[in-house]
Amino acid sequence: MSSPNRRRGVALIVGASAAALLLAACGGSDTSGDSSSAAPDNSSASSSESSSSGDAPAAGCEEYADYGTFDGASVTIFTSILPPEQGLFEESWAQFESCTGIDIVYEGSDQFEAQLPTRIAGGNAPDIAFIPQPGLLAKLVETGGPIAAPASVGSLVDEYWNPAWKAYGTVDGTFYAAPLGSNMKSFVWYSPKVFAEKGYTVPTTWDELWSLSDQMVADGVKPWCGGIESGGATGWPATDWLEQIMLRMYGGDVYDQWVNHTIPFDSPEVTAAMDVLAGWMKNPDYVNGGFGNVQTIATTGFQQAGEPILKGECGMLQQASFYANFWKEFNPDATVAEDGDAYAFYLPAMNADVPNPVVGGGEFVTAFSDRPEVAAAQTFLASPTFATNKVKLGTWVSANSGVPLDAYTPGSIDQLSAQYLTDPQGTFRFDASDLMPAAVGAGCEWTEMTAWFAEDKPTADVLKAIDACWPAE
Amino acid sequence: MSVEAHEIIPIPQPPKDDVTIGGTARRTLSSPWASAVVIVITVLWTIPTFGLLVTSLRPSGPATNSGWWTVFTDPELTLQNYAEVLGGGEIVSGGILPYFFNSFAIAIPAAIFPLVIATMCAYALAWIPFKGATVLFFMIFALQIVPLQMALLPLLQLFNLGWSIGPVPIIPDLNLGGTYIPLWVAHTMFALPLAVFLLHNFMAQLPRDLMEAAVVDGASHFMIFRKIVLPLSVPAIASFAIFQFLWVWNDLLVALTFAGGTPDVAPITAYLANIVGSYGAKTHLITAGAFIAIVVPLIVFFALQRFFVRGLLAGSVKG
Amino acid sequence: MIWDNIIAGLPKIGIALAAVAAFLGILLILFFVLGRIRGKFANPLAGIMFLGPAILLLIIGLVVPTIQTISKSFYNASGQKFIGLANYGWIFTTENNQKVLINTALWIIVAPIFSTGVGLLLALLLDKMKRESIPKSLIFMPMAISFVGASIIWGLVYAYRDPSQEQVGLLSQVVLWLGMEPPNWLLLQPWNNFLLMVIMIWIQTGFAMVVLSAAIKAIPHDVIEAATLDGARGWRLFSRVTVPMVRTTLIVVFTTILIATLKIFDIVRVMTNGNFGTQIVANEMYSQAFVQFDVGRGSALAVILFLGVIPIVSYNIVQLRKERAVR
Repeated sequence: MSSPNRRRGVALIVGASAAALLLAACGGSDTSGDSSSAAPDNSSASSSESSSSGDAPAAGCEEYADYGTFDGASVTIFTSILPPEQGLFEESWAQFESCTGIDIVYEGSDQFEAQLPTRIAGGNAPDIAFIPQPGLLAKLVETGGPIAAPASVGSLVDEYWNPAWKAYGTVDGTFYAAPLGSNMKSFVWYSPKVFAEKGYTVPTTWDELWSLSDQMVADGVKPWCGGIESGGATGWPATDWLEQIMLRMYGGDVYDQWVNHTIPFDSPEVTAAMDVLAGWMKNPDYVNGGFGNVQTIATTGFQQAGEPILKGECGMLQQASFYANFWKEFNPDATVAEDGDAYAFYLPAMNADVPNPVVGGGEFVTAFSDRPEVAAAQTFLASPTFATNKVKLGTWVSANSGVPLDAYTPGSIDQLSAQYLTDPQGTFRFDASDLMPAAVGAGCEWTEMTAWFAEDKPTADVLKAIDACWPAE
Repeated sequence: MSVEAHEIIPIPQPPKDDVTIGGTARRTLSSPWASAVVIVITVLWTIPTFGLLVTSLRPSGPATNSGWWTVFTDPELTLQNYAEVLGGGEIVSGGILPYFFNSFAIAIPAAIFPLVIATMCAYALAWIPFKGATVLFFMIFALQIVPLQMALLPLLQLFNLGWSIGPVPIIPDLNLGGTYIPLWVAHTMFALPLAVFLLHNFMAQLPRDLMEAAVVDGASHFMIFRKIVLPLSVPAIASFAIFQFLWVWNDLLVALTFAGGTPDVAPITAYLANIVGSYGAKTHLITAGAFIAIVVPLIVFFALQRFFVRGLLAGSVKG
Repeated sequence: MIWDNIIAGLPKIGIALAAVAAFLGILLILFFVLGRIRGKFANPLAGIMFLGPAILLLIIGLVVPTIQTISKSFYNASGQKFIGLANYGWIFTTENNQKVLINTALWIIVAPIFSTGVGLLLALLLDKMKRESIPKSLIFMPMAISFVGASIIWGLVYAYRDPSQEQVGLLSQVVLWLGMEPPNWLLLQPWNNFLLMVIMIWIQTGFAMVVLSAAIKAIPHDVIEAATLDGARGWRLFSRVTVPMVRTTLIVVFTTILIATLKIFDIVRVMTNGNFGTQIVANEMYSQAFVQFDVGRGSALAVILFLGVIPIVSYNIVQLRKERAVR
């Protein structure tokens, strides 16, 4: 536990990777008293260079030397992130593993949300889980399991993230989990090639978006496509659409009240937002390009939803930044670029009082074990070193401001996402269904929104049913 | 009352005579009609699986974007999908083989353990006279109704935290995570009610004279069990072994709960469920993976189906 | 790469075989030692040795969890507050749940009847048919396929695309060939429930067929002979002789399929996730307990399933007792 080696190490990694920022920011902090906290402080950061001379790090390990070495130690990570992304994660921490001797065992499952609580209750918790729902994190804290983040992680998050992110990783005033990757959800995917051919221009206002849609209808193309089928999580893309409108119509405060159930789910505000959504994704003139009628939204896999865009059978798809990975699945030669086969534009703002609304998502690195090697891995995953490594491998975005924008491929969706996610003027909110209690955000909201599309269940009934699912306490 | 009055029902042998129900039915329905019905049903039952096989042999483009029946006009077939799924490629890192071996390592012991334990239990219920044997048998039979899902969490806690009544540890924390042992034990527990039921029905029909003669000769129950009952019960045991092997091989729920998804212990079904989740659009790879997962149970089944029928039948057929 | 993986996999098989060998070895030694004991302790000892392991495992694995589940069904979501029958009230009064109960009832009626019925028909037709092993094997084959595999297979049957597009789903294509417009199958209420049951029937019919076929073959031929001499033919012979003769087998087959149907959740989970009005109790239970973390409601649903099977199992027990009393 109190390995002096590690304490020194954590201090150094911060110093080595972002020395300038560290010196500017951490000038006054001195929290080195607690051996488990391993907080960066100036004295150890500056002295560590000399103290590490005793066991000089191997070539290429300078950046990692001060995490210490843990021969034969292993850290298990459980996540919902599956291959092909798995390989990129493993690559991004390969050097950390070889330098520290910590073996990181990665396990992905599409049943993550169901399996994690089961394993925790069963005493079989992983060392670290990447939890995509702050709501789930809060629930787990309530029943026990997550371990408060070491101070070294806390100070990294203070340093490099928008405070909203730290709040999402905090439950009842205790900070548990640092953010990992981020999704920018307020994107509309389209084909620049098709747009150029037909002479369409990318809309920059809400009104332009609808005149473009109508123009496509006039040209005989369904402007929108969508798919919400996702196995056990069927319905989630529809909740994202509703969130886009809620944030755009009313701004962050009402959005927060909606999340906290200060306003009921069947309030007039939500009903009005659902009506806007009905005129968009339930409009038979607009959807479902390449698949058929409105109902097909319910049976189309979200993975397949964008395919008709490449064929020119559908104009646009509202989906998150991670969708960039899917285009090559449809066509191995497809390019994702501003002049390529697919690209995304920012879903315009609706209301002048709500500047640059951005709905985002992300995972939170939660530890269930307080072994020193786990804390070392946790600290590493919160560091700009890791985030920059991972960003450079592509198709991944971090809201960590320690990652230089030029680490992203120029003109890539990732760079565009990072730009919006780190925009200081933006109205950023986390995906609402991930913040709500699981009975709503991973239960009724999914099934009821699915029924709204599949069975044309009346809006009032849908909202009433979702509201009724809100847990009593 | 149960143990006393056994009627000997032999393992069914097809009558040599031509006068059977089926024979009459066939005459009544007239042979061509019967054959036609059977052929139609057989074709209907086989087509979906055939579609899977064809899709798994097509290149990615046609496999994803056209129906498998278009193979007859566009007969381009490839083994590339199988090479990719087996060997691991850019997309499917590591390949399916580690999971394939896990499935064997899980299914072989998980078929044998419950079998042995259930055989012993069935023997005791049938041939060791004690008070309450019948009641006990019915209680075990009734346990079939417990939904598997109910038992998952308590068992997981047992495997990982041990068991204690108050501060007194009854079963210590065995720290079995990441091994096959929880899977073997869980599958064994869940298999017992049906296994005891089927095997008991079979054993109860073994010739009473034989047992009595052995007892007169001074043989212990252990001796009788090993020398007489086991050899005679081979058909029933084999049939249950196949049944259990298929069940364990195809299980996903128990595997997800006790093994998770790592290549160290997770079986092929968990892998398959994951690639469906992550490659929804990669139909050609999913179908190839699914076919590989199906091949082993099919081989087991085709090789051993004779036993399967004979053993399952015992006890359920009233002569 | 493939070879490396195969070589890396062999030790796993070794571990499995070693475990089996160790298990059998311990048993053999116990048998050898206990078999030497004579006298009045011999029988009780043998009883304990033979029954003990099974009973111990059953208590730990099934009995205790059942009791725990029943008690949890009276508690709230987190299992900390006693709320009486509120979870059961929720099951029986929520509109969605009534649909779930109706669907489940449909499943346990339709799937076992069709599986057993088609299985019996096939068993009759196949009896004495030449080359019966080929159709038998092919029809039995789905039994060997996992639910994950089955859902992939049937995904290729029920897939829907707009009629103007190239079809990937077989059923839609067949309907198009017939000159009609295919609906979006999995959305087609209430028929989508039956389309999902077809998958269960597809899997279970082979089982029913194989067991019933063997039962029919086992009917002593003098019984048939006598009936035929009395002039019984066709339907009369079938209903008066065949069915009564294989009655016990029919009941066992029917019950086995019925219990399997009640517990099944994989098909619904993978094909529709219970959406579009296809939810059933077993899947709702999984969702409540493992996705929405409402252990109380999940347990109450489990108890409902449990109660649902009790009459069927009791009927079987009564039948078995009768049969034994006759012997």
